[in-house]
Amino acid sequence: MTQLTTKLDPRSLDLRRRMVQTMAAGNRGHLGSAFSLVEILRVLYDDILRYDASNPKSPDRDRFVLSKGHGCIALYVLLAEKGFFPESELGMFCQSGGILGGHPDHKIPGVEASTGALGHGLSIGVGFALNARFEKSDRHTFVVIGDGESNEGSIWEAAMCASKHCLAGLTTIVDYNKNQSYGPTSVIQELEPLADKWRSFGFGVVEVDGHDVDQLHSVLSSLPVEQSRPSAVICHTIKGKGVDFMEGNMEWHHKSRVTDEELEALFRALEAN
Amino acid sequence: MRLACLDEVYALAKRDDRVFYVGSDLTAGTMSEFQNELPDRFFMEGVNEANIIGMAAGLALEGKIPYVNTIATFITRRCFEQIVVDLCLHNVNVRLIGNGGGMVYAPLGPTHLAIEDIGILRAVPNMTIVAPADADEMRRLVPQTLDYPGPIYIRLAKGFDPIVTSGDFPFEIGKGIPVREGRDALIVTTGIGLRVALDAADLLGEGGLQVGVLHLHTVKPLDADLLRDRVSRVPVVVSVEEHTVIGGLGSAVAEVIAEANFDTVKKFKRIGIPDVFPDDYGSQDGLMERYSITSAEVAGVVKSLSAGRYQPSPVVLS
Repeated sequence: MTQLTTKLDPRSLDLRRRMVQTMAAGNRGHLGSAFSLVEILRVLYDDILRYDASNPKSPDRDRFVLSKGHGCIALYVLLAEKGFFPESELGMFCQSGGILGGHPDHKIPGVEASTGALGHGLSIGVGFALNARFEKSDRHTFVVIGDGESNEGSIWEAAMCASKHCLAGLTTIVDYNKNQSYGPTSVIQELEPLADKWRSFGFGVVEVDGHDVDQLHSVLSSLPVEQSRPSAVICHTIKGKGVDFMEGNMEWHHKSRVTDEELEALFRALEAN
Repeated sequence: MRLACLDEVYALAKRDDRVFYVGSDLTAGTMSEFQNELPDRFFMEGVNEANIIGMAAGLALEGKIPYVNTIATFITRRCFEQIVVDLCLHNVNVRLIGNGGGMVYAPLGPTHLAIEDIGILRAVPNMTIVAPADADEMRRLVPQTLDYPGPIYIRLAKGFDPIVTSGDFPFEIGKGIPVREGRDALIVTTGIGLRVALDAADLLGEGGLQVGVLHLHTVKPLDADLLRDRVSRVPVVVSVEEHTVIGGLGSAVAEVIAEANFDTVKKFKRIGIPDVFPDDYGSQDGLMERYSITSAEVAGVVKSLSAGRYQPSPVVLS
């Protein structure tokens, strides 16, 4: 696969700065896990998904589920920017009285399903896609899953089911940053050959550099990957992408009690890009 | 009872296109009419309970009403987190049809005996739990599930149970049925325990005790007002259920009685499966006898409590 040397553009860096500010408000968060999927979500919300932020339940919206719910800080920053809820909510992250907790909740405008317990979102997405077919709608369902999450058997149950039903209206996006909570996926639970796994489960598969917005845009705007099959877009990413001391550093999978010095270091590292 | 349930689901589907059926490799042939007539709302999936619960949640979040049908143990134990998160947290209109609640599958052994299904589901917010007593009551229940808000667990006993309910009492989810009046004691029950309770009341009547029977087909939300009212009238209360005595109907009744703070003392005993995995085969009735969930045992306990002779003792199994 690619060397993942993609340089982040000003928009990606700005999103990350706002994510650090959000984490600072809650003094905690899965920042590394969220930094790996910024470009995936950015491309989806900037260019791919059909939605109406003023009417989050509009029937023909595309459905999006962040099944790896711990990456929610990236989602929250984008939903606020797009107008689903006031930006001031970001300053209440994980605080009593706010609407934004450490995992997505279906009561948040723009969030389809509560996630965070891993391995749930893809099956819910199967239900969304089956209903779209029943209603003869061309709306698409996107589900972002993590690599650690791919340890869950329910992901593969859902994959078999999506394949059986030939759900071309369903796309699984794998945020494959090669690191789970305790360590590298290659040590904790090897997933390779991951692309072959998805192919063997009946998916059309494509692999991309998950930080390359042009590649992502190209793939996500020409789905399904194969006719009459659900798609799997395996995004090779870097956990903590954009901050040198966070990249691949398990300490930043989840961080609580973030110090002022650490925050300053995060902002400085983003400036240095 | 099972066929009555599935017939009624099909009838609902014919008149309301929000109704979907989701199976898990079960009941070959039984649902062929539904499958043939309404193929785009019929999904016979594989043996993947976690997935079908999530899939049903997805359909329900879209406004559909999926009826998910499989064996009670698998639809409760296997996919418990999906029930909690996908169904109950989202409070979606998914109906779980649990085949073989209790000890129906006695010959198949403890992996197939749903002895704690009510207990584990009762602990989850938003879940409604209904255990009809017979096929007739099932036919009164299912139409009400269409627009009832939130997830529902429907516990099925075996088929061909004797009909013990009548249409004389209106059926409403969440409302108990005082089947029989009696001033000396009250037997509270659910599901096919109603037959045991009625037979016990008959036996006790022969001995001169007037014993009421309260059928709480809905274990959650429990009709606590009715329960308190009926308990307040009697000195002795016995609960009967085909379920472990931990966490099921008996526990729910005990909680209500304990917090009612009656002015008079109530003598109370739960009758159900003790805290063990059933370790014998045979038949459902045979296991009911093994664990003393019988009319004779219930009658004996009521008599002992009424006479002040009942002494708690550990269950000794041969």
